[in-house]
Amino acid sequence: MSSETSGSNGYKVIGTRPIRHDGIDKVIGRAVYGQDVSLPGMLHGAILRSPHAHATIKSIDTSEAEAHPGVKAIITARDLPALADQLSDLGENVVNLRDVSTNILAAGKALYHGHAIAAVAATTLNAAQEAVQKIKVEYEVQQPVLSVQDALAPDAPLLNPENKTKSLGEDTEEPSNIASYYQHKKGDIDKGFEDADVIFEREFDTATVHQGYIEPHNVVAQWNADESVIIWCSTQGSFTVQSQVADLLNMPVSRVRVIPTEIGGGFGGKVQVYIKPVAAVLSKHTGRPVRMVMDRHEVFQATGPAPGSNIKIKLGATNDGKLVAAYAYLAYEAGGFAGSVVGAAGTCVFACYDIPNVQIDGYDILCNKPKTSAYRAPGATNATFCTEAVIDEICEKLEIDPLEFRKRNGAKEGVSRADGPTYDRIGYIETLEAALAHEHYSAPLGDAPEGKARGRGVASGFWMNFAGQSAVNINVNGDGTVTLVEGSTDIGGTRASIAMQAAEVLHLEAEEVRPLVVDTEAIGFTEVTGGSRTTFATGLAAIEAAKDTLNKMKERAAKMLEVEADDIEYSNKVFSCKSNPEKKHTFQEVAEKTGQTGGPVVGSATTSPPSHGPAMATHIADVELDLETGKVDVIRYTAVQDVGKAIHPSYVEGQLQGGAAQGIGWALSEEYVYDDEGHLLNSSFLDYRMMTSLDLPMIDTVLVEVPAADHPYGVRGVGEVPIVPPPAAVANALYRAAGVRMEKLPMSPKNVLEAMGKI
Amino acid sequence: MEAFDYAKPSTLNEALQLATEANGGALMLAGGTDVIVQLREGRKSCSLLIDIKAIDEVNEFSCNEDGLTIGSAVPVYLITANEAIRSAFPGLVDAIGLVGGTQIQGRASVGGNLCNSSPAADTIPALIAHQATAVIAGPKGTREVAAEDFCVAPGQNVLEQGEILLSIKVPPQPSNGGAHYLRFIPRNEMDIAVVGVGACIELDESGDNFVSGRIAVGAVAPTPLYVPEAGEALAGQPVNDETIEKACAAAKAAAKPISDMRGSAAQRIHLTGVLTKRAINKAVERARQ
Amino acid sequence: MSKKIHVQTTINGEEIDFLCEPRNSLLEVLRDNLKLTGSKEGCNNGNCGACNVIMDGRLVNACCVLGVEAEGADITTIEGIAEPDCLHPVQQCFLEDAALQCGVCTPGFIVSAKALLDSNPDPSEYDIRYWFAGNLCRCTGYDKIVRAVQHAAERKRETADV
Repeated sequence: MSSETSGSNGYKVIGTRPIRHDGIDKVIGRAVYGQDVSLPGMLHGAILRSPHAHATIKSIDTSEAEAHPGVKAIITARDLPALADQLSDLGENVVNLRDVSTNILAAGKALYHGHAIAAVAATTLNAAQEAVQKIKVEYEVQQPVLSVQDALAPDAPLLNPENKTKSLGEDTEEPSNIASYYQHKKGDIDKGFEDADVIFEREFDTATVHQGYIEPHNVVAQWNADESVIIWCSTQGSFTVQSQVADLLNMPVSRVRVIPTEIGGGFGGKVQVYIKPVAAVLSKHTGRPVRMVMDRHEVFQATGPAPGSNIKIKLGATNDGKLVAAYAYLAYEAGGFAGSVVGAAGTCVFACYDIPNVQIDGYDILCNKPKTSAYRAPGATNATFCTEAVIDEICEKLEIDPLEFRKRNGAKEGVSRADGPTYDRIGYIETLEAALAHEHYSAPLGDAPEGKARGRGVASGFWMNFAGQSAVNINVNGDGTVTLVEGSTDIGGTRASIAMQAAEVLHLEAEEVRPLVVDTEAIGFTEVTGGSRTTFATGLAAIEAAKDTLNKMKERAAKMLEVEADDIEYSNKVFSCKSNPEKKHTFQEVAEKTGQTGGPVVGSATTSPPSHGPAMATHIADVELDLETGKVDVIRYTAVQDVGKAIHPSYVEGQLQGGAAQGIGWALSEEYVYDDEGHLLNSSFLDYRMMTSLDLPMIDTVLVEVPAADHPYGVRGVGEVPIVPPPAAVANALYRAAGVRMEKLPMSPKNVLEAMGKI
Repeated sequence: MEAFDYAKPSTLNEALQLATEANGGALMLAGGTDVIVQLREGRKSCSLLIDIKAIDEVNEFSCNEDGLTIGSAVPVYLITANEAIRSAFPGLVDAIGLVGGTQIQGRASVGGNLCNSSPAADTIPALIAHQATAVIAGPKGTREVAAEDFCVAPGQNVLEQGEILLSIKVPPQPSNGGAHYLRFIPRNEMDIAVVGVGACIELDESGDNFVSGRIAVGAVAPTPLYVPEAGEALAGQPVNDETIEKACAAAKAAAKPISDMRGSAAQRIHLTGVLTKRAINKAVERARQ
Repeated sequence: MSKKIHVQTTINGEEIDFLCEPRNSLLEVLRDNLKLTGSKEGCNNGNCGACNVIMDGRLVNACCVLGVEAEGADITTIEGIAEPDCLHPVQQCFLEDAALQCGVCTPGFIVSAKALLDSNPDPSEYDIRYWFAGNLCRCTGYDKIVRAVQHAAERKRETADV
């Protein structure tokens, strides 16, 4: 049995496992993804990208390319409107719009290998690509900055001489590669470390990794004669695409319609726009629809990966196993433009624990790599890898069981973090207890074959979860089913979990609520599908819309039964009179007659929840190490998580398993590899090594249900935290197998052999 | 992808004619799993792509007392599924079965792997260890080249303009012989070898001593490397850790790897020793069966 | 641009013909010429399996086959896996066992799974994982996919015995 759910289930639909409403289309290949959209007269776009990691652009000559057969338009940054500094909220991180504009078409400088320089629209993709080859660019190549250490060196080349560090919220006068610096403080860490009996201080480096969604970015843009544009695309947020395109092209939002197709994975990487505004401008210049699809090399080179980082952690504890002081230095690579997720890292780094004295110093560092983006619990995985490893050392030194230690120090309701917030009801301790009680934790490791060694490790993780706005409309159909209209693009099965929440309120079967994910003109503003918010927040809107629908149906039933509305009660699809239970109508009967009782019944609601409780997890990993080659295999894995309430347990389990798989890849084999000139060498799935089915075991899940206070069914966002513990769990297991503590990610065979002193 | 013309000749002579007329602008297409991707990414270019899959000679394979012959376009799945080949040449099947995952195996050929001439190719160290020869057809007739002489630089080989690889011949293995190929990769499949080692050994009647050995190493030099010194270290010596260690040391000494995104030089030298030992041990086990 | 070639082939049991340039891959032809967009492009270099089709009985990456190579071949795409009135057991089990999240890798996996079960009706977990090494999924961690295929194999064996 792969999963246990430890909550009670008094619900009719919630907690069941219906077949998802969009499932059939997806298993027969009929579901339409962005790359499947085709319009008559459509042109194809291709992009010229910088071959240099750091260069000034002296000139761009498109004349020969323009003469290439089939070419209809070529654009560069000068074809985009000039923008002032302006911040845009992308959900999980905030970006400067001028930076986004310069990122999608370089203005003056190429800041990373693959930076877009120009775009061509032509009658075929081959013609567009051939024309791209004919664009002549004169570059003045500069020395690249390829790591935090490079960027901070005293003689480091400056990516942006105009950039002056924003330090603790204040502007400074110092041109630098440090975009910003923040600090969180709680208590007095100097005193805390004085009180500590044991102190460990360690430094770590983690490599850049990519979200690795299988579907590349895509768009079809159609500019219209009335100066409006329609955009079809795969995206995590139609409304954020709408606002980014509108802002970047200086248009009112109402002139930008975004129609989301199905989306083949996002993980945070499909929020920021890259080719959508470019396709829109090409369509404007040609008067024809333009499709652009990134190829896999472009996805790796030019979309936002997760930052590499340099991190120092210092922890102090007393002999009886209480953490008394914690210090973190977090330096995250932002890439070519400011705005890494180092801020979120500061929130997460010690978030599982109740520590009285804390200081966190966070630095956002420019370097010649693509502008980084959000990746599933952005910022948390790097930081947690380090904290959890140091905790493991403390546990070993003090001879305390690692889960017991975490229980002693675990955050609970009322504990506050260094960055400010205080916890409401959370289920972290429960995850530790479930892990301690799980058969995996006490199972024998088994004998390793000759030449190999085995070890078991644990780690915990935290992610803060976002709330955000959602809107839902419900239309009652004449056959007693309802259609639920929402704007949250569905990456992992959320349209089903949202429909199920409405079904629960309406006492309908899951199949009787038909969810539709619609475009920006058909539903009210809905925040991105990200931040683990969708089942929670759009679910809340669905619940309220369902209640609104039910109230309206009660009124109709009352009319049909000729009683007052407050005399009607509803249960199990039947409206009946409290005063005379023989007088009743089914939901379907009322639905059939809406035309005669006042017209169609439409319920609606919007939500902007004030809070969304965080997610906490504890994972157990068993590894087997080949002592001669340094290769690590994960041979058993259990992910325990407080999920609040699992609406559709199969898809909740899926989030835990998928996040764990990404985390294991981050731990063992994924990394961006650059040469000394800043060229990304491994921009394909051959050499950017994600876990295949042969690299992973079954991933067992334990869904701990500590109902969250801010949702009527107790839902807590689940999607992101699963990626946070794996690198640390694997590192701690590897220590027990190999006797070495890894200070680098990935823990590739080469890095392991080096750590073991074998090469 | 740059544009090219396509032809599918049905005889060898027709193919040779087309290749000659293309004046250096022709590439051969068998399984296509390397060449199509290379053309798409601009790493290779051609004016004419000659699809050889309709030519009888390159589609035939046989395994009998005279040894093994594999036509250059035979997809690897046919080789790895063949019981006779698996039992007579297990060390070769080890390598051939590693050429990509299931989908690649449905198209890719041993001949294509050889002609692609990657220093890290999986089949080539095994072919070298098994004393394979390449049978090449050209405008001047047919010639044979030993597997260890076929590759001359990364991605380059002895095929001249107008020549086509027809088949690969492998002599029968001695009755007291055993062979194995293994590679090191960071994941469990779908990776290019960081290091690959092919070993063929022959034991004496008692099974306690080596008569001879052939060791070849991939991904540690500009071409797959035949290491005669490693075989010499085994010849006439008793089968024990000390002997095998000498062969490993010879292989490590011959290795001249670079550091690249798949591995560092130090790692590759270390792995050469590890894999040589494992390859020889497994080959010995098979010889003794 | 070179002269287009007229290709005649069989796709999902139907005789089809099309024109394409030699440089067009089978994947491009399926998606752009024939509007069979179920096969997806994930990497275009034979590493992700999202473009999987069955060609003359073999599972292949359509991105690594040229359109012109389809001449005379018998090709099955995701669109040809289900019967007109019912899903293939693999498709049904993927739905029941929640073996998909974003669904973009699903067509490739379904075609790959069908090819696996046609060649091995009783695969072990290792057999399944080895077969799928060339099919990348970034969402599921493969656990539910493997279980769905195990269930489908069981179901197929049951109906075969009846």
